[in-house]
Amino acid sequence: MMVSKLIALIVIILGVIAVAQLVRVYELTAKLRNRGEHEISTRDNNLNGKMMFGFMIALYIFIAWLMLRFGWTGRGEAASTIGKETDWLLNLNFIILFAAFILTNSLLFFFSYKYVKKEGVPAYFFPHNNKLEMIWTIVPALVLAVIIVLGLKKWNEATANAANESICIELFSKQFDWTARYSGQDNKLGRFDYKLTTDNNELGLLTTESIDSAIVAMENGPNGINKLENKLNDQRLMMIPEDREKMELDLSRKQRMIRLLYQMKERHDSKIDKHAWDDIIQKDTLYLCVNKEHEFNFRAKDVLHSAFFPHFRAQMNTVPGMVTRTKFTPDITTKAMRERMNNPKFNYVLMCNKICGGAHYKMKMIIVVLEEKDYKKWISSKKSFKENYFAATSAPAPSSAMSADSTMVTKDTASVAMN
Amino acid sequence: MAAVSHDSHGHNEAHGHHDHGHHEESFVSKYIFSEDHKMIGKQFLITATFMGIVAMLLSILFRIQLAWPGEGSDFVSFFLGETWAPGGVLKEDMYLGLVTIHGTIMVFFLLTGGLSGTFSNILIPLQLGARDMASGFLNMLSFWFFCLSSIIMFVSLFIETGPAMAGWTVYPPLSALPQAISGNGLGMTMWLFSMAIFIAGSLIGSLNYIVTVLNLRTKGMTMTRMPLTIWAFFVTAVLGVLSFPVLLSAALLLIMDRLAGTSFFLSDIIVGGEMLTNHGGSPILFQHLFWFLGHPEVYIVLLPALGLSSEIIATNSRKPIFGYKAMIGSILAIGFLSFIVWGHHMFITGMNPFLGSVFVFTTLLIAIPSAVKVFNYITTLWRGSLVLTPAMLFAIGLVSTFISGGVTGIILADSALDIAIHDTYFVVAHFHIVMGMSAVFGMFAGVYHWFPKMYGRMLNTRLGYIHFWITIIGAYGVFFPMHFVGLAGAPRRYYDYSVYNEFDTNSYEMIMDLNVIVTGFAIFAALGQLLFLFNFFYSIYRGPKAPQNPWNSTTLEWTAPVEHIHGNWPGELPTVHRWPYDYSKPGADQDFIPQNVPLAEGEEEH
Ligand code: HEM
Ligand SMILES: [Cu+2]
Ligand SMILES: [Cu+2]
Repeated sequence: MMVSKLIALIVIILGVIAVAQLVRVYELTAKLRNRGEHEISTRDNNLNGKMMFGFMIALYIFIAWLMLRFGWTGRGEAASTIGKETDWLLNLNFIILFAAFILTNSLLFFFSYKYVKKEGVPAYFFPHNNKLEMIWTIVPALVLAVIIVLGLKKWNEATANAANESICIELFSKQFDWTARYSGQDNKLGRFDYKLTTDNNELGLLTTESIDSAIVAMENGPNGINKLENKLNDQRLMMIPEDREKMELDLSRKQRMIRLLYQMKERHDSKIDKHAWDDIIQKDTLYLCVNKEHEFNFRAKDVLHSAFFPHFRAQMNTVPGMVTRTKFTPDITTKAMRERMNNPKFNYVLMCNKICGGAHYKMKMIIVVLEEKDYKKWISSKKSFKENYFAATSAPAPSSAMSADSTMVTKDTASVAMN
Repeated sequence: MAAVSHDSHGHNEAHGHHDHGHHEESFVSKYIFSEDHKMIGKQFLITATFMGIVAMLLSILFRIQLAWPGEGSDFVSFFLGETWAPGGVLKEDMYLGLVTIHGTIMVFFLLTGGLSGTFSNILIPLQLGARDMASGFLNMLSFWFFCLSSIIMFVSLFIETGPAMAGWTVYPPLSALPQAISGNGLGMTMWLFSMAIFIAGSLIGSLNYIVTVLNLRTKGMTMTRMPLTIWAFFVTAVLGVLSFPVLLSAALLLIMDRLAGTSFFLSDIIVGGEMLTNHGGSPILFQHLFWFLGHPEVYIVLLPALGLSSEIIATNSRKPIFGYKAMIGSILAIGFLSFIVWGHHMFITGMNPFLGSVFVFTTLLIAIPSAVKVFNYITTLWRGSLVLTPAMLFAIGLVSTFISGGVTGIILADSALDIAIHDTYFVVAHFHIVMGMSAVFGMFAGVYHWFPKMYGRMLNTRLGYIHFWITIIGAYGVFFPMHFVGLAGAPRRYYDYSVYNEFDTNSYEMIMDLNVIVTGFAIFAALGQLLFLFNFFYSIYRGPKAPQNPWNSTTLEWTAPVEHIHGNWPGELPTVHRWPYDYSKPGADQDFIPQNVPLAEGEEEH
């Protein structure tokens, strides 16, 4: 280690000395020739002109090589109906812009080579020309008009509301994973409130019972209001002032929360409970049904995330305190895609695409697109939120109930992989 | 502003009582607390160069991680030690810290403070024929704010919990919640204070530039006889004055959210098991405020580079810049439009689709003046008599990168397409080529061209050539392949792309191959910069003495003596009789006519 650092240091020092010596030699010869540093010799000038041209060729070859080797294929064919249109439009734009790129860069580098100073050929005094300037204002404007019109048409389709009969799924994001919630039998997502988040209601779904248990947790839980008050009032307990201050802050926060929870309880209409109870919560793998439109609602628990579906050409940020939406219709099943790609291990994926903390890069969820009958079979095998919720509350420790759920999830991943 | 003499015109005297040049200055007032615009310009340049080296080094550190994830590297452990790179493997959090500080320094400290600070200072008074800036004291203050903010930003790299780690755009809630990532405690606080100070300095500087351009032009220097450099600096300063306060307000609101418990940007959050009471704020509001600065900011970075290259290309083509008026018009149009396009950074935030359409439209409009500028540059080269100095090569390189990055901007501006590539490496490729490369090329071009004016000596031309070729090959090699990484669907700001191995082995291989190519070129390009640094510092002390007008230029700075004096010109200020682009004018006996030469009998102004 030490030795390699020493060697590196010596190499650097020697390098600097070598360059300095070269520069000295160069300067001496320049002095001998009596040429100032600001006078560019014809040889240097021509050489650099040629290199400009050569560079252009090399750049084009490099780009062609990149395109041949890497091109579009990295992401594969678009696997949704809207994605296919995106790709079409993207390719069209690429063709137009690539032409513009080649045209302008070629002129630029070619002129830098062609018009290098030659003795006796003066520059042409050409300060302006209205006609030319009009042309290159209007032509780009027309091309852009085409791009804008086609683009906005597509944008309006992509952002239009989803059809009523589309499958409605919520994707809930937090550092550093995704949870899906299917809307269940009624295809209506139940309501939620972040204040209702407890161990067995991680998504904070709104039902009469969940309000009650949130109140109980807030008041009597391990770090609940009662415990905090007891500790703060306990004369025998010695506490560092800082800790006490923190605890007092925590207490006042919780007291504010509990007031809000009681208000919520008062206003709550138990008729809406059913929308939440029949929802299905799903971790690890997101199952979609081929050729059906899906509407996604996004939520974030802590910071911004972004739901990025590269294979479906869809993306939407998830924002704490706000619900965002997008939709798409997958049109190739996972199985068919694996065959097309000739890659039996390929999977679609949902990635996080907004910086959200250290493990941002690992925040992903595998997506499996199923044939309709397999999808139906899978979804009917899932327990509803209600079933899991009451199984968990009656169980002695809520955390063990959670892990039961996750073993079940691993089971279905396995069964899909067998397809 | 000490020694400035009254001259016969008197109108460009701010205040001046001493005889110029005749009294000895102390080291401190000459080199440190100098109020002379030339010295301040050089101070900006040196500070920014230092920051630029730091930011470049950070990028090499994280590029090593991207190309060879999880493999220990002596180089990484040398700089980061066991805390942040145990066994020479960069930690996840620090990866984000490096990316954040790299972006911040490059955008704000190198390309905003450094580029416009250096050249606005040196060139505005010299090219306008003024004795100094309108206020030398404020000018000095602007540098010291810049310097202080640089120091704070630099020091934040060394604190125990690490620097800010929320990306250069510091979106809340991530940047507002200390629980969310380790750099969000002190590191983020230092980031915010550093930026607040930076903005204050930048505002003082910009106001000074604006006042100087409006009031201190020498006799005959009408607005439409100003070199395009000055137009660019002027519009840049206006953009800065109008947009930086908005970033300042965003930073202050964020500071309040962090320190005073307000909820401007926070709502319904549970983080680290703690349920926050903040309700009703909007993280999206921050993005609006940020990008209301952020988009003009990219032009604040670019316009000075375009201004410098206009001057350099005209001089070294020995031709007038083609379409001088159209160039001014484009600068103004770009300046205006840059205020109404910020939403294109937010297409995917769930904004109202109609609003999105409006931003698509305005953004694509801005491509028109940009295209006009490109065509005008190309036409300036056409039938010129090109002298390919290193400055000229960099200026031509700038036009090329401006094109290459501009065309991908049009794809990103098309919201329907942006859905598929937003926040992927495609965006990283776009803005590094159009902003990073173009502005850095502009800055290098400026240094090569005006070095004789700044230091009275010449840079070594051969080293300049080698530097240029390494830089353009290296930079295209780094940033062009990134398009393909993005098209493969790779998100930006990922610590390790081998996660792809778990679901798509084809993409995995492709992304890893590309990452190795990119890192290879990055190291190559970084080594090339050592040549420049050597050339720069060596020539300051030992370069051959510069002649007064080495490039046979027409603008006023070359009529000032090589030796720097307070007040710039020993006697009267020069008077301007013509526009700055009389190169190869038919009928003239020289291929350039400086601006202070009166029109000959019967000569028409261009
Ligand atoms: C033809 C002109 C241009 C158009 C239409 C354009 C368009 C865009 C769009 C739509 C984005 C957002 C991409 C996304 O996040 O998905 C973007 C990003 C960006 N552009 Fe441009 N751009 C143009 C020129 C420029 C120029 C001249 C600069 C700088 C001098 C620049 C600097 C940037 C930067 C820094 C970002 C990325 C910011 C970030 O997310 O970190 N662009 N551009
Ligand atoms: Cu995330
Ligand atoms: Cu922008």
